[in-house]
Amino acid sequence: MEQPIYGLTVRGVTKHFHRTKRTNDKPRFHQKLQHIFRREKEIIRAVDDISLEVNIGEIYGILGANGSGKSTLIRLISTLLLPDAGSIQVFGDDVVTNSLKVRQVMNRVSVEASFFKRLSSEENLIYAARLYGIPAPEAERKSKQILERLGFDADRMNEEMEHLSRGMQQKVAIARALLTAPMLLLLDEPTTGLDPKSKRDVQAFIEEIRQERNAVIVLTTHDMAEAERLCDKIAIIDKGRFIAEGTVEELIANAPSQNGVPATLEDVFIALTGKGIEEED
Amino acid sequence: MLNLVRETIVSYAFIERNFNLLKRYLSWEILFFSYSIVNALTIGLIMVGRGSSEDVLYLVIGALIWGFLSVMMREVSDAITWERWEGTIEYTFMAPIYRITHLVGSCLFAILYGLLRTALVLAIMPLFFGEHIDLSNANWLTLVVTVLISSLSFIGIGLMAAIFPLLSPEKGQAATGIIQSMLLLVSGIYYEIEVLPTWLQPISQISPATYTLRSIRAAMLENASVESQIGNLSLLLVIGVLLIPLGFWVFHLGEKYAKRVGRLKRSG
Repeated sequence: MEQPIYGLTVRGVTKHFHRTKRTNDKPRFHQKLQHIFRREKEIIRAVDDISLEVNIGEIYGILGANGSGKSTLIRLISTLLLPDAGSIQVFGDDVVTNSLKVRQVMNRVSVEASFFKRLSSEENLIYAARLYGIPAPEAERKSKQILERLGFDADRMNEEMEHLSRGMQQKVAIARALLTAPMLLLLDEPTTGLDPKSKRDVQAFIEEIRQERNAVIVLTTHDMAEAERLCDKIAIIDKGRFIAEGTVEELIANAPSQNGVPATLEDVFIALTGKGIEEED
Repeated sequence: MLNLVRETIVSYAFIERNFNLLKRYLSWEILFFSYSIVNALTIGLIMVGRGSSEDVLYLVIGALIWGFLSVMMREVSDAITWERWEGTIEYTFMAPIYRITHLVGSCLFAILYGLLRTALVLAIMPLFFGEHIDLSNANWLTLVVTVLISSLSFIGIGLMAAIFPLLSPEKGQAATGIIQSMLLLVSGIYYEIEVLPTWLQPISQISPATYTLRSIRAAMLENASVESQIGNLSLLLVIGVLLIPLGFWVFHLGEKYAKRVGRLKRSG
């Protein structure tokens, strides 16, 4: 029997990094010398045997503390990192062997709105659109539409990015991703550091996208309320591993209530990881 | 064919973006441009009153052509450094374009920018040197042909140098500087390569700048035609044809390594 094609399929993906070992002990002279020639390395398991499947039209949330492996997973999916083991397929195409095809249907918003800071948002967006073969006039028209829906004053499109607030920059980042009408949208902490108003604008817009198009959306966050509001399914990641996966209701149902008070998603997170979500891994 | 048209249009994105950046950093550009003029002037003035007008022109040509070639090489490498600093490299690498399109776009900008800067410096030179520089005997066609052919080699070197900032923006800039100074030393920019120690001279023979300078000096000082320089130009072409694919291959290896160890993240 043929396997169904999901929008996104991740199977047993692992990514390790080697880092120079840090020690708190004060090294002796011979140890310092030794260190120059032979640095001890430690292996960081950033993503450890992760599997997931996301259907078309679904928002899949990945909930985890800083340093838990969320962004590494997103970078693996977005062809910016090569996996050490496992495979990732986007609409049936492998991200390593068929990366060009995958990149045509995918875009990403990262926690840092990375732009040429001295260029205006219009110049940045036209540049980004051209890379996807979108002509400048079309890019200009589409970006105005998206930015206005996000509550961004279109008159400020000619201002240099460095003069815009973090919230405004993040809205431009979202416009950059949506300009290309991606079938797979990777949202890596898109609302982190935003003021409440911008956060609400962005969240409402993500809901609109879900309703309008049959895209696959992966959202990483450490905001419990955001995950509850937006995600159809949530995975909790800790030290590079998925330790739980399910709908919000399923995750909460498995957590014990305390003194008769029903558990929240945060209780589930603490019970599973042994720490709060703001603590770093 | 359609793909080729699309990729050409896409490569224009890099040219437009870099010219936009150039406009935004205009004051820095003016500063660097002034430095280029002062540099060419000070080098040319060494010979004023000591040698013939040919000797002055010999040094000025060295300064101008070295300015052009090094700017071009550096621009290719700097395009990567800049993207690493701004964090946009991840978005460029995520775009559905061939790497060759990305790099050709950066290289085309480098050539245009290098030509523009050098032409401006060259236009200003007569104001300072007056009768000490005589360009009436110059063969401009040979100059243009030589510059275009030599651009290929320097783009190849630039592509190889671009992997350094891809792996580390700060150290990468220094590494590009080292390659540039090596070329400056061995290529006879301000002196004939015969004055170099014998053991260094074989390296001069594989430097494209050696042949570039030779042909341009012949064109500007002796009115040499393209035909008379065919030997030099053929060598330059062969070096360019070898260096460009080698540059792409080295860059591809660098990109693969960066993706394996996670070096594409914003740095700076």
